[in-house]
Amino acid sequence: MSSLLNEKLDVLNVGLDSFADTINHTGGTAHQVDWQPPAAGDRALGFNLAKTINNEKIDAANKIAFDRYLSSQPIATGIATAKEAIKGLGERQLLHSGPPITWEKMAAPVKGAVVGAILYEGWADTPEKAFELAATDEISYAPCHHFNAVGPMAGLISPSMPVWIIKDDVHGGETYSNFNEGLGKVLRYGAYNDEVLNRLHLIADTLAPVLTRTLEQTGPIDLKPIIAQALHMGDEVHNRNVAASSLFLKKIAPAMNRSGSNSDNIATTLEYMANNDLFFLNLGMPACKTMLNAAHGVEGSTMATVMARNGVEFGIRISGLGDQWFTAPVTPAKGLFFSGYTQDDAAPDLGDSAITETAGLGGFAMAAAPAIVQFIGGTSDMARQATEEMIPISLGRNPAFTLPTLNFAGSPAGIDIRKVVDTGTAPFINTGIAHKEAGVGQIGAGITRAPMECFIKAMDAYCERYV
Amino acid sequence: MPERIEIHPNTYKDSVSLMRIAGAMEAMPAVHHATANMATPANLVLIGEAGFKIEESAGPNDLVIAAAGENDAVLEDAFNFAKGELEAKGSAEGADGTAEFDKLKSLETALDRHGSSNLALISCPGDYAAAEAMKSLRLGLNVMMFSDNVAIEEELELKEFAISKDLLMMGPDCGTAIIQGTPLGFANKALAGPVGIVAASGTGLQQVACLLDQKNIGISHAIGTGGRDLHTAIGGITMRQGLKMLNKDEATEILVLISKPPSPEIAERIYEEACKSPKPVIINFLGNATLASSSKDKVYIADTLQDAAYMAADLAHGREPKTDAALTQNSDVDIIEALGSGQKYLRGLYSGGTFCYEAQLILSEDLDAVWSTTPMDKKFALNNPLTSTGHTIIDLGDDYFTQGRPHPMIDQRARRERLLQEARDPECAVILFDVVLGYGAHESPAEELAETLTEAQNIAAADQRRLIFVGFVCGTKQDPQNLEIQAKTLADAGVLLASSNAEAVRMAQQIIQSL
Repeated sequence: MSSLLNEKLDVLNVGLDSFADTINHTGGTAHQVDWQPPAAGDRALGFNLAKTINNEKIDAANKIAFDRYLSSQPIATGIATAKEAIKGLGERQLLHSGPPITWEKMAAPVKGAVVGAILYEGWADTPEKAFELAATDEISYAPCHHFNAVGPMAGLISPSMPVWIIKDDVHGGETYSNFNEGLGKVLRYGAYNDEVLNRLHLIADTLAPVLTRTLEQTGPIDLKPIIAQALHMGDEVHNRNVAASSLFLKKIAPAMNRSGSNSDNIATTLEYMANNDLFFLNLGMPACKTMLNAAHGVEGSTMATVMARNGVEFGIRISGLGDQWFTAPVTPAKGLFFSGYTQDDAAPDLGDSAITETAGLGGFAMAAAPAIVQFIGGTSDMARQATEEMIPISLGRNPAFTLPTLNFAGSPAGIDIRKVVDTGTAPFINTGIAHKEAGVGQIGAGITRAPMECFIKAMDAYCERYV
Repeated sequence: MPERIEIHPNTYKDSVSLMRIAGAMEAMPAVHHATANMATPANLVLIGEAGFKIEESAGPNDLVIAAAGENDAVLEDAFNFAKGELEAKGSAEGADGTAEFDKLKSLETALDRHGSSNLALISCPGDYAAAEAMKSLRLGLNVMMFSDNVAIEEELELKEFAISKDLLMMGPDCGTAIIQGTPLGFANKALAGPVGIVAASGTGLQQVACLLDQKNIGISHAIGTGGRDLHTAIGGITMRQGLKMLNKDEATEILVLISKPPSPEIAERIYEEACKSPKPVIINFLGNATLASSSKDKVYIADTLQDAAYMAADLAHGREPKTDAALTQNSDVDIIEALGSGQKYLRGLYSGGTFCYEAQLILSEDLDAVWSTTPMDKKFALNNPLTSTGHTIIDLGDDYFTQGRPHPMIDQRARRERLLQEARDPECAVILFDVVLGYGAHESPAEELAETLTEAQNIAAADQRRLIFVGFVCGTKQDPQNLEIQAKTLADAGVLLASSNAEAVRMAQQIIQSL
């Protein structure tokens, strides 16, 4: 029988503060829960959610998913064009970031990127014609995630673009990402002028061959150690990748020299990488996708394995709920803007890069990157607190990704939709901010949160299926 | 008239805090009316009925404050006040003012931090309470659920689940409990001692605990079950469990079981289990006639809460318990002679539901018709709860009176208004009331009431009448309001004081019958 009557009474108080005060004032112990109605006040879902808390079956499923995430070993093995690397990609198919969307509904920066990709592929020779073509049946669209790919911002991947191939050395399978274009006028922010197209050609014609030969020299490159080390050097490996990019360059530069490529091309590649602090983002993202693919598809698991935005909707996928997307409208991130731009110019949040947060990096590893919070006027305490705020919604810590300012505790990882909905704490997302018109490019950066609605919808579907 | 509406998205506050804020806004000069509510569908209707149109969309996690006043400056002040209150740092640990990252936003998070917790005290709105209770039980916590408006099917599910996990589920609608001397919810600070209570009635529990305390007998634990535990659908799950727990508890020597009117079959079942108890058991189940005839060795049936308490006190002193319904002649002939000729009726204005019911039960033995909003016999249901007729006994803590208003144990505004209304009725002779003390109750209810009693007496006097007030205080000397101070305040205001509800009712009845 319960030991309530003879054990020391210790109360968790949900509701009226004064009840906790009474207990504390009369010699007892009470702790106030900072409660608000879970699931946006949906009573029925709230009750079903309650039945999933501390549930052995679900906890066991999540342990499998989380262990698979932890044990995954993403390695960069090579580079190929999207049509060679990505099985099932259509001849005139374009991949974009986030959940599925039709041309008509795409955000302006994504439309701009589509036009750029059509021009790059040579399917049209003027932007006007490209716009026309984009609206026809000749072009088909699909999310990168449907092909195990990820791309930052617009995330455009077209058939002849080179992509990184990342393999999972433990669980098998491949993931892909395009190349990072750096800052300024770039395709991923919806720009499609000659400068943009020329850079894409430089990537395909010069960088890709040099880096392909380089990787033949180095053999597969283990990405988790680079991420781990970058976290100790002030990156959170989403918005800040300067350390990871430097480490990656350091890792491959000697081999590049010995790769037998034309020395001008080597010089161009080195220069390109040295000037691009975000170069590693497009390696870190598929590395995260690899780890999360390992965790995906575990029957009964409530772990989120995808968070991605297409500029109109934010979508998530859940390990135990197959390939279904759970979406909600996405709003512009609040942030700091480059001079001449304001919040009013901001496009709604965009890109597959929230895969980093899904894998315990980015906003979840904010403690590692005080420089980022400083960028939006915060303090290093805020960076640490952002990470700490994510702990209650995470399944665990990733011992491979340790955070110096948290005494080398692992970064919180494995977003549990039960905990998100129960605590009302939505995941942090670090993000670049695109101009709402195509082609202007990046106008700022900020920190936002994933919309709670996605998690509520996912939890509803989960309860429908499992509870 | 200028009005203003503010929506604070994702700002949850409990209804008690919000009523307090709205009340304080309304009390500001030149503010006509104010309301503060979470934007649940039901509350949106209430806000609309208060005359405010909300244009934006707002949901259950959004806080809506609306006010109308004489000018914009007044509204500005009122909303600034509200803002200050919303931002005020709570006194409890982890309440507002704690940095976002450090807040314990769910029971699971809180238990991660405070792993030795063993009870969840739940007083959030009823719509969400069952879910919080289910989480608590799943996390291995015993539960006291203060919240009401929980479906009976959910109550059954929760209680059955609790039994399967060997946990205690008190409530829903469990207002009072005392575990190891710690008052939970609305409860009194009573002496520690040998009597263990299990009660399907909050005020019933308080009455017995306080009467024992007044006789210097302490209690071990007082377990609340929630008002529906002895309904057929629930089957007395918590009371039977409480009985078992107290039988095993070394500190408990004597048991008292209390319930609002139970289902006869469940009452019988509890009685049978009580008969198997190794410790003596006193039972007071309101309005249960079937048990009254049976009395087995070591199981005693008490007619009133007072009897239950005094029988337990007898047992604690090693005496055979006896009921003592005899009342010392207390009514003052002078007072009765001062009554006007048309004054002939009793009006009971209760804050405790069980007291209201017990009063009807006692009065029904001798008075033909006692009207109520919560009548024992449906034919005596008041047509209009807002107007008394003949002998009327009402519970101002009933849902009808507390929709959007604070409970009379916290704030007596509604009761004071009703008291003045009775004073204006030339047929009203005696006004009977309870004053309940303890944690959670008003900080000095007698003082607040005394002012109104004087005003009421003045109203009657202006009409050549005089009112007789009969009351009792349910509390202890250790309560923050202090029983003795409260009783003296009432006596000074001319109230005929009884020591218990049963005694107060009999005093009132005696007066009425002598008219």
